[in-house]
Amino acid sequence: MSGELPTDGPAVEVVDLVKRYPKSPVNAVDGVSFSVPAGEVFGLLGPNGAGKTTTVGMLTTRVRPSDGHALVGGVDVVGDPVGARKQVAVVPQRSNLDRSISIRDNLVFHAAYHGVPARERLERADELLDQFGLLDRSGDKPDFFSGGQSQRVMIARALMHAPRVLFLDEPTTGLDPAARLFVWDRLRELRESDVTLILTTHDMDEAALLADRVAIMDHGRLLALDTPEALIDSLEGEGTLELAADLPADGAVLEALAGLSGVAHVEPVQMHTENGEAPPPADSQPLRVRLYLTGDAALLVAPAAAVLSEHGLALQDVKLGTPTLEDVFIDLTGRTLR
Amino acid sequence: MSAVAAPWVDRATEWRAFRAVLHRDLYVTWRELPAFLAQVILQPLFLLFVFGKVLGSLDLTRPGYADLLFPGLLALTSVLTAMQTLAFPLVAEFGWTKEIEDRLMAPMPTAFVAAEKVLFAIVRSFVATLIMLPVGVLILGSIPWRWSGLPLFVAGLFLGALVGAGFGLLMGTLVQPQRINLLFSLVFTPLLFTGCSQYPWPSLARLRWFQVVTAANPMTYVSESLRGALVPSVPHIPPWICLLVLVFAICVLMTVGVKGFYRRAID
Repeated sequence: MSGELPTDGPAVEVVDLVKRYPKSPVNAVDGVSFSVPAGEVFGLLGPNGAGKTTTVGMLTTRVRPSDGHALVGGVDVVGDPVGARKQVAVVPQRSNLDRSISIRDNLVFHAAYHGVPARERLERADELLDQFGLLDRSGDKPDFFSGGQSQRVMIARALMHAPRVLFLDEPTTGLDPAARLFVWDRLRELRESDVTLILTTHDMDEAALLADRVAIMDHGRLLALDTPEALIDSLEGEGTLELAADLPADGAVLEALAGLSGVAHVEPVQMHTENGEAPPPADSQPLRVRLYLTGDAALLVAPAAAVLSEHGLALQDVKLGTPTLEDVFIDLTGRTLR
Repeated sequence: MSAVAAPWVDRATEWRAFRAVLHRDLYVTWRELPAFLAQVILQPLFLLFVFGKVLGSLDLTRPGYADLLFPGLLALTSVLTAMQTLAFPLVAEFGWTKEIEDRLMAPMPTAFVAAEKVLFAIVRSFVATLIMLPVGVLILGSIPWRWSGLPLFVAGLFLGALVGAGFGLLMGTLVQPQRINLLFSLVFTPLLFTGCSQYPWPSLARLRWFQVVTAANPMTYVSESLRGALVPSVPHIPPWICLLVLVFAICVLMTVGVKGFYRRAID
């Protein structure tokens, strides 16, 4: 079924994709380009409102691009939306399961929409329900399912027609830890199959854990694209040291911290605001900085605390860490992901 | 850049998807048959009982009133059933359940998803209207029936279902979920009482302004065409005018409705 078209090209190809909404002053997606080879797990990482969901919307024919091109499985999403729909499956953030029928029927009818032969869809439904730990509940209607269970049903449903590209929008947002681990395990199993996974997330752990490559998005633009390891390696230094003080501070403190031996560079940390408004200016909040280090973080705690007290500040909190994708995001945008 | 399948292969895929979605709708209706019947039959049944039977038994209506009421109630059932089949589920599916997304992602043009909804509404409308025939016999003892009026009867029901589906598509895509209550009070009730189902249109000459109001409701022409088919002795609007107006109304409603559907389906 998935072999109707040649499989040698990239699974997804996006060139200068733009989405402009009529009443918005800024583009929701602002000239994004990337290419995803078949079989890859590709993560779109960014805060809410970064344009991830809109990008996926365009790739899945539900949002019409204002400019640029997008191909899924070699099919142009604008020129041949019906052909594109054959190539993809979507697992949305919120449940859109058919509430009038059982979850087994959800799977079976989905396959029927996609032309899977009757016998095959029954067998496949049971197989997938089993794989996703839902076989004993296959006759229940979706109303009685928790968020994590609905998510599993939706992933199983998406796999019913053997799509070439599977889009998952924030697959574990709002799930409890156990449910999240279960979904992650299933997604890791999918890596072994030849389906291409594109997942959007604002969870750096999820991106680092699952994705072969991660694209970091903010304000509709692609800021960086590489493997999680390469993105982290691109940061100078080996580790990080995050300091919080009791009072706001001026640039002199940052300079003094940057002057310590073993510090590669210093980054003030702003708390990300939920609604995308500009955060309050850094110098009105108690100091919060992250030091990117070339050496051992533990050795720098004492000298850094000394610098702070020289400037009349008291150290309130210390966090040692090896750099993560979150640090990459902070390095690129000066903000945290959440 | 890729081998394109023969067009007829694509068409086959699209029709298969269309049929599968229709199958799902019929499957759900079949499994919820009692609820469906209650939803569509109860209202005309009570109208028929009170206006046709009770008022008649109390001598509050003239003899023969039930005969001109019955075709009107068939028209009402036909239009409102089609409308309800589309409007409420659409508001919910686009608004909060998002159930429609799985169909919009099926390998068929977006217009097919809308067309399936319309066809399904017509099927439900036909079933509901046909059930009214034995119900009418049961309540009234006999119903007006002319075999020679059958072609006009079927045409009237079909166009009535399409008008209702057009209204449903329009409302289902225009109405915001939080305003779904307004749909009832501002749309259903006026449509119900200005559609000439309880009175023949020419008789309204004595109430000129109301006659003008009812002329603006497409359901009026469904009622009048069914009267023309079943009780031609009652003064009614000539059938050809009814059919013409209905075709025009359907074109307008469907054009705007499908446009609304696309607006909700594709961002």
